[in-house]
Amino acid sequence: MGLLSKKDSKLILDPLADNNPITIQVLGICSALAITAQLKASIVMAISVIFVLGIGNVVISLMRNVIPSKIRIIVQLVVVAALVIIVDQILKAYAYTLSKELSVFIGLIITNCIIMGRFEAFALGNGPWRSFLDGIGNALGYGVILIIVGFFRELLGSGTLLGFKVLGDPIEKTGLYAIGYENNGFMLLSPMALIVVGIIIWVQRSKNKALIEEH
Amino acid sequence: MEHIELFFKSIFVDNMVFATFLGMCSYLAVSKKVSTAVGLGAAVIFVLTVTVPLNWLLDQYILREGALVWLGPEFADYDLSFLSFILFIATIATMVQLVEIVVEKFSPSLYNSLGIFLPLIAVNCAILGGSLFMQSRDIETLGLALNYGFSSGIGWFLAILAIAAIREKIRYSNVPAPLRGLGITFIITGLMAIGFMSFGGMLTGGEDTPKTDETKTAVQKEENTNTTIEAIDEVVEVSTITE
Repeated sequence: MGLLSKKDSKLILDPLADNNPITIQVLGICSALAITAQLKASIVMAISVIFVLGIGNVVISLMRNVIPSKIRIIVQLVVVAALVIIVDQILKAYAYTLSKELSVFIGLIITNCIIMGRFEAFALGNGPWRSFLDGIGNALGYGVILIIVGFFRELLGSGTLLGFKVLGDPIEKTGLYAIGYENNGFMLLSPMALIVVGIIIWVQRSKNKALIEEH
Repeated sequence: MEHIELFFKSIFVDNMVFATFLGMCSYLAVSKKVSTAVGLGAAVIFVLTVTVPLNWLLDQYILREGALVWLGPEFADYDLSFLSFILFIATIATMVQLVEIVVEKFSPSLYNSLGIFLPLIAVNCAILGGSLFMQSRDIETLGLALNYGFSSGIGWFLAILAIAAIREKIRYSNVPAPLRGLGITFIITGLMAIGFMSFGGMLTGGEDTPKTDETKTAVQKEENTNTTIEAIDEVVEVSTITE
């Protein structure tokens, strides 16, 4: 990355793997699990969080010297809520069916712990540009997990990706279905999201022994 | 009957943790010991019971389409529902602060056990989620909203209590090293969620699948908006007649 210094690019790359907000920091699980039955919803959710966290981090970082520390949580909540309202209204205007599917989970970006966590841990102590990069990096790390989970759940659960029938047609028995493959409807149910994330954590930690917890 | 049904439905069928994954962050972070889990669970029950009815009132008299009609007939077509996120979260944040002050003043012993958890709760998705589901599921009366808040709080409490107990025990078992800690907790929660799915048929006799439920609520919503519009029309008519 020629554009960014080494320190700055670390801000973006670190949360993608070794300091991932979901699998390592355990932040922002709620929305990650509830909407990942389809790849499309996961992608939209990831983009929304990138938008909210990127802009929100800049706003908080610009205001960091004027916010009295006693009421900072309320100030942060108001900033996030305003940004989330923008996302929600845009979705309602341009992708109504999708916004119905995501239902309350767009609203729950407000209480997504990643956002409050990054505000508290980073934006309150750093300049706007670095906060912006940090926000984008963490939101990307969150989005990557969301998209991986969404990919597997949609592929194994309904045999489609983004709505395209990649494994053939289950009714006309083409493609994989011709040799007796069946969709695993269980993948679409909510408990499987937890188990898929658990397996991702397993794979990641067995690759990188340093991340293993004592107990 | 309505109350009993909602009560059990919110605890078991629509359990906040296992069915909708609300409040997962604190659920995973604070479930290492049973005693702290009980403290946080109690605080969640308390705050949900207070904020859901409050937000119900806000929703009913300020936010939804036509809600401002009590100010006068000319306000009948105001729709402020886009403001609900910001008003709900502001209510929750202030209520949490208020509850903290009141509890500290009147019951120091309760404050000592709940105290450290209260600020955490303002950003717990279970609390905001409770209010948002209350809005999207069209809870009809204040009493039902109170019931809904209380019983979903109990559901959350049960979930965190159960996982904390399991995590205390699992320390003595030989879990594969990369799964230790977070990984195994995820998988156990998944298995518990599968277990809780068996409650799904408890109230409906196994007829309702989640999908039909959704369409039903959507239809209900449409009907409700229709009825509110009719109600507004009636109100307007009545006011013109009295004039």
